[in-house]
Amino acid sequence: MSDVAERVKKIVVEHLGVEPEKVVDSANFIEDLGADSLDTVELVMAFEEEFGVEIPDDAAETIVTVGDAVKFLSAKSA
Amino acid sequence: MAPRSVSMRRVVVTGLGMVTPLACGVEPTWTRLLAGASGAGPITSFDASDLPARIACNIPRGDGSDGTFNPDEWMEPKEQRKVDDFIVFAMAAATQALADAGWKPESYEDQTRTGVAIGSGIGGLGGIYDASLLLHERGPRRLSPFFIPGRLINLAAGYVSIEHGLKGPNHSAVTACSTGAHAIGDAARMIALGDADVMVAGGAESAINRIGIAGFCACRALSTGFNDTPEKASRPYDKDRDGFVMGEGAGVVVLEDLEHALARGARIYAEIVGYGLSGDAYHITSPAEDGDGAYRCMSMALDRAGIAASDLDYINAHGTSTPLGDEIELRAVERLLANAPKRPSMSSTKSATGHLLGAAGAIEAIFTVLAIRDQIAPPTINLDNPSVETEIDLVPHVARKREIDYALSNSFGFGGTNASLVLKRFQPAG
Repeated sequence: MSDVAERVKKIVVEHLGVEPEKVVDSANFIEDLGADSLDTVELVMAFEEEFGVEIPDDAAETIVTVGDAVKFLSAKSA
Repeated sequence: MAPRSVSMRRVVVTGLGMVTPLACGVEPTWTRLLAGASGAGPITSFDASDLPARIACNIPRGDGSDGTFNPDEWMEPKEQRKVDDFIVFAMAAATQALADAGWKPESYEDQTRTGVAIGSGIGGLGGIYDASLLLHERGPRRLSPFFIPGRLINLAAGYVSIEHGLKGPNHSAVTACSTGAHAIGDAARMIALGDADVMVAGGAESAINRIGIAGFCACRALSTGFNDTPEKASRPYDKDRDGFVMGEGAGVVVLEDLEHALARGARIYAEIVGYGLSGDAYHITSPAEDGDGAYRCMSMALDRAGIAASDLDYINAHGTSTPLGDEIELRAVERLLANAPKRPSMSSTKSATGHLLGAAGAIEAIFTVLAIRDQIAPPTINLDNPSVETEIDLVPHVARKREIDYALSNSFGFGGTNASLVLKRFQPAG
């Protein structure tokens, strides 16, 4: 697993209080991990903080699964 | 809209819950209160070294054993992160109270007939302070989406309603140090008028933080002369008192329509028979010197209860340990009692718990209920030398066993807002 994926999953586990094994690439934050709309806003903020990037709102709307976040942040930090 | 029947239903207390500086839980708190313990200690949760008041009555945090408070027992850690402590305290007290009452509404009908009225004096002061610094230092993009919902005062009631599925009236009193008493009085009235059958009511506060202590120091309200002996600092009526000691926590009761409680075989602690409210219209922080607001508030509560002052057996005083307030309240009570000053015992449990601001009226209503249950008046600790002479028994140092049929609990708040509750030992015939 890439370093980006590790860091993303750690943030998701901490913020959503879910079991690490549930945080797979295909997991949808809202449908599979119990997040609400405010949780997803905070998750994106946490990603920004961890990776030192800015994620505009229109890009944030496309990040709905763990895999989406890993992909977006891998591209950003590459 | 056609008016509903205005006949008032009887309201009883069927559940109790609390988190206080003495302990987490009603029985451990009560045991320590009766034993004369103090909840005061040095402030260790932040740097208070440059503040005139460096002591407070903190909740004993721990793993949940021996009366300690373990927040994880009451709220998911991921939810705790989003809110100020007053909401966590309210969740703990409400969950205890509902369990104590054995009331777990599951049908739509039961849920819609059960409401919540939990207030707070200040709400998320600490979180507002932290967010202000963050906004200043790092800009608006760093503000959490949970900043607002985690600080709003009525979110204590909101979280409790969501956790327990309570869909009746959802309300929050905000009347400074009278909040807890107003919340319980208003909730009782909602039941009496038929708007709900059960109400989860009380107050919560978490203002032991740097901005809270500094703010109350600025208005010269806190004790500053006992930083080396914190357990001696809260000393209502004593000649050496010099201000209140800040406390934190929550108190929540389950109130219930009498018929509803009887129908389900609930244990009944006491009946709420009187509620009075008044305004001083005098000063933003000082009580009116003639004590007239306090007097009118107590009188209204007694009138509602249909009893005379001479029927009172116990008074849980507001008694915060401030130089001015204690004597004004005492004089107002003397005026109320007129020719029966020797009848009741009157104590200030703030001597042990400190002043929980918006939660004070709620935990003190619970102490008043327990005084009736156990027929004992809790003590006013640290009352070594009363500053004034009075015929009223102020219960110095040691709890007093005595008959208690009627008891009154007083709360007076900044802004000149007063509330009194009258509780009665339960008798089915009324």
